[in-house]
Amino acid sequence: MSEQVRERETRRLDRVVVRFAGDSGDGMQLTGEQFTSETATFGNDLSTLPDFPAEIRAPAGTPAGVSGFQLHFSDHDILTPGDAPDVLVAMNPAALKANLKDLPHGANLIVNTDSFTGGNLKKAGYATDPLTDGTLDPYVVHRVPLTSMTINAVHALEGGGGVNKKEAERAKNMFALGLMSWLYHRPTGGTEAFLTKKFAKRPEIAAANIAAFRAGFNYGETTESFTVTYEVAPARMKTGTYRRISGNLALSYGLVAAGELTGLSVFLGTYPITPASDILHELSKHKRFGVRTFQAEDEIAGVGAALGASFGGSLGVTTTSGPGVALKSETIGLAVSLELPLVIVDIQRGGPSTGLPTKTEQADLLQAMFGRNGEAPVPIVAPRSPGDCFDAAIEAARIATKYRTPVFLLSDGYLANGSEPWLLPTREELPDLSVTFTTEPNHTGDKGPEFWPYLRDPETLARPWAIPGTPGLEHRIGGIEKSDGPGNISYDPANHDRMVRLRAAKVAGIANDVPPLEVEDPSGAARVLVLGWGSTYGPIAAGCRRVRAKGLKVAQAHLRHLNPFPANTGEILRSYDKVIIPEMNLGQLRMLIRAEYLVDAIGYNQVRGLPFKAAELAGVLEDVINQ
Amino acid sequence: MTVTTNHSGIGNRLLDLVPAAPGPQSRKDFTSDQEVRWCPGCGDYAILATVQGFLPELGIARENVVFISGIGCSSRFPYYLQTYGMHSIHGRAPAIATGLATSRPDLSVWVVTGDGDALSIGGNHLLHALRRNVNLKILMFNNRIYGLTKGQYSPTSEVGKITKSTPYGSLDRPYNPVSLALGAEATFVARSVDSDRAHLTSVLRAAAEHPGTAFVEIFQNCNIFNDGAFDTLKDRSTRDDVTLRLVHGEPLVFGAEGDKGIRRADDGSLEVVSADAPGVLVHNASAAEPSQSFALSRLTGDTHGVTPIGVFRNVDVPTYDEALNKQVADAKAKQGEGDLMAMISGGETWTID
Repeated sequence: MSEQVRERETRRLDRVVVRFAGDSGDGMQLTGEQFTSETATFGNDLSTLPDFPAEIRAPAGTPAGVSGFQLHFSDHDILTPGDAPDVLVAMNPAALKANLKDLPHGANLIVNTDSFTGGNLKKAGYATDPLTDGTLDPYVVHRVPLTSMTINAVHALEGGGGVNKKEAERAKNMFALGLMSWLYHRPTGGTEAFLTKKFAKRPEIAAANIAAFRAGFNYGETTESFTVTYEVAPARMKTGTYRRISGNLALSYGLVAAGELTGLSVFLGTYPITPASDILHELSKHKRFGVRTFQAEDEIAGVGAALGASFGGSLGVTTTSGPGVALKSETIGLAVSLELPLVIVDIQRGGPSTGLPTKTEQADLLQAMFGRNGEAPVPIVAPRSPGDCFDAAIEAARIATKYRTPVFLLSDGYLANGSEPWLLPTREELPDLSVTFTTEPNHTGDKGPEFWPYLRDPETLARPWAIPGTPGLEHRIGGIEKSDGPGNISYDPANHDRMVRLRAAKVAGIANDVPPLEVEDPSGAARVLVLGWGSTYGPIAAGCRRVRAKGLKVAQAHLRHLNPFPANTGEILRSYDKVIIPEMNLGQLRMLIRAEYLVDAIGYNQVRGLPFKAAELAGVLEDVINQ
Repeated sequence: MTVTTNHSGIGNRLLDLVPAAPGPQSRKDFTSDQEVRWCPGCGDYAILATVQGFLPELGIARENVVFISGIGCSSRFPYYLQTYGMHSIHGRAPAIATGLATSRPDLSVWVVTGDGDALSIGGNHLLHALRRNVNLKILMFNNRIYGLTKGQYSPTSEVGKITKSTPYGSLDRPYNPVSLALGAEATFVARSVDSDRAHLTSVLRAAAEHPGTAFVEIFQNCNIFNDGAFDTLKDRSTRDDVTLRLVHGEPLVFGAEGDKGIRRADDGSLEVVSADAPGVLVHNASAAEPSQSFALSRLTGDTHGVTPIGVFRNVDVPTYDEALNKQVADAKAKQGEGDLMAMISGGETWTID
């Protein structure tokens, strides 16, 4: 080790994309999360993209088992987790193999040389060693014997750290984190505190991880491999208090908030499914809010229990992904017929069938829209960013309770696991959604006052919600068609036609109760509109910025409400020469837009299980603008 | 919620959470204004009359009683009761009722279902409701046929049954609903007969007194598609010889002359012997270990010439809803009521001025 203190250059960057990649057992998600935490604390804007296999422990050392975590951080507001990494940390040959194609030439590459053994190279599918065969020539390569240095650092602790070699080796992800923390001038106190807390029951493991983390940091200081370190100044963001939040956490908080704002107890009936299970995990912690969580025997029972709870006056919620929605469809149809509030959270993933459980997609829009027998309209709300999942959940609950209807909340895997800084709302900013149950008869019949469960509010067309336990309002509801008003079984043709139209009109009327679609067009003179929904907001907005930076004009509009569309949607679409709709499906919103407004929108569609890249969308927009 | 002790003698720690009726109630109070639309002669009429006659006995407020059903002839039941009710979808009533019962301990929640609804399309939900021990009373009308779809064989139909869907005879072996319920860890399992009002009332009473899931199989005659399925149990000339009336604490003895008894055979199963033979068993529905109840459930007319009716098993163990609501109450007691803003600002935060 050199005694010489060398002058090292510190370069200021406005933004950086880093990616950690390793075997799924290497703790890459934890490493990425913790680096993100340091970055958030430092005050950068950020956006993250975890990418992991569906198998918990896919065959070790193979490209199929590689787990990755990408983080984009900056000194200004950013919208995506970044197109391509500026630095890749590859913990083994498989991680290199799976990620090298995404790394631009000239980018930094940190490799764990200890893992480049004959066996590992073979498992990764390398015939020759990429460290020596010239494969890595286009990159700035930092060869770090990460495993052995981690073991040495841990065993240098008093008494060998009190851990065996395997346990010592497992801390190598913290060595990598320490090195990256040094390279980007990240604050380290939070990570040490985190490790101490996480391993509170195994202090020797905590000590081993902290030793590895410090060793990684110090290695950066002393090695000659790195001639440059990087600084990214804190971002200038809107004033207020922030925290980092993932979409599923924000959505969970939104549901708890919806319970408080409506005055109802939240009842979650659900069944574990990727990538929605984290919402169950989170809500199950919040019993002090009166939140009841019920892990059912299957998807059908999950939504059934939620609907039963809604009948009893709770805010019934079910959480799932696409395959689960398919199973719940009949019960959602029942909820349409019963006209009871129900929030159905669909964290979309790649389909059809089991598809790509851990990858993102937005191909359940038409399932949410039409996936039921009969005329069964259901309102649909979609969040646009991880933090927005909070507000979108509250909005879904607002519509569900006000209009007595099931509501779809369509998030996706990218929003669910991605994270960003979130400006905490104040209590005053949250809406009052208090619900009033019906407690008095609403009709006078031949024998005096009666309760008619299907006598609607003339304005909202919502039916009264009278819950069991309310004397004098005993009534029966069911999935058989009911007479308009009294709600008794009715097979009358004219009544059925009226009820179908009433249910449709009720949902259509929500268009007047949601904010108008807003257009962002700094030039005010764009002739091309790019329309999106859900998690594509960030990449589309970033793509628009790039296009505008080149002097071109483009307008952006993003739909939160997919059913019904905001009342001004048609007017906006028709006021542009061209409308382009990028979607992570084969054109589902585009189909709806064309059907509803006869606007010949252009589609841009990819289903690769990954979010769009800003550069890719910028290119597409330029082509459309220049055509 | 006002908690008042019920007027009637019936009660348990969960039923006591349901508000009491303001005064005595009659069958009329529980009869809705809807026209009953089962086929003339259907066994469902007798069950409805018995339930309407029994409910006032509970002494609880009518508005706190909820009946939830699935799909099938039996599932029209809620329309005819002047309580809260939901006629839901095929097989899912136990799931829907679970959500209602766990979120509203002040309600008395009943499920009405049939052999197709409960054991075929809804089999999974039934099993899990029983295992979970949610405070539900499940009345399963078993007519061993599909009625509403006009006469296909059901999961309780005998092998070889000729029906519209099985012109050459049905192939699959039937479930024994009582054995199934016991195997699913049910805490209360009973069987009765539609036309035996006194017996059915006694079983309903025992079910209502049970804290937790009560499963009651009710033999019900479908006079259109499977008429006479339970005739030997109903005919005055035969019924006493083929029916074993289970009474907790009483010897397992039956027959018109009380001359037959039940004892354990060498292989562990039960056998029919003379009532005065050594080893005739005494019925113990509250045994923690369900083996004897299960062995009783294996006695059938076809195999042993005798069908037990009454309460097979009745054990008091903690219910799911009590446990869930206790977790909520404990969390509030220990941590205080939830503070929304404190929750969302938990974890690491930073402020930008």
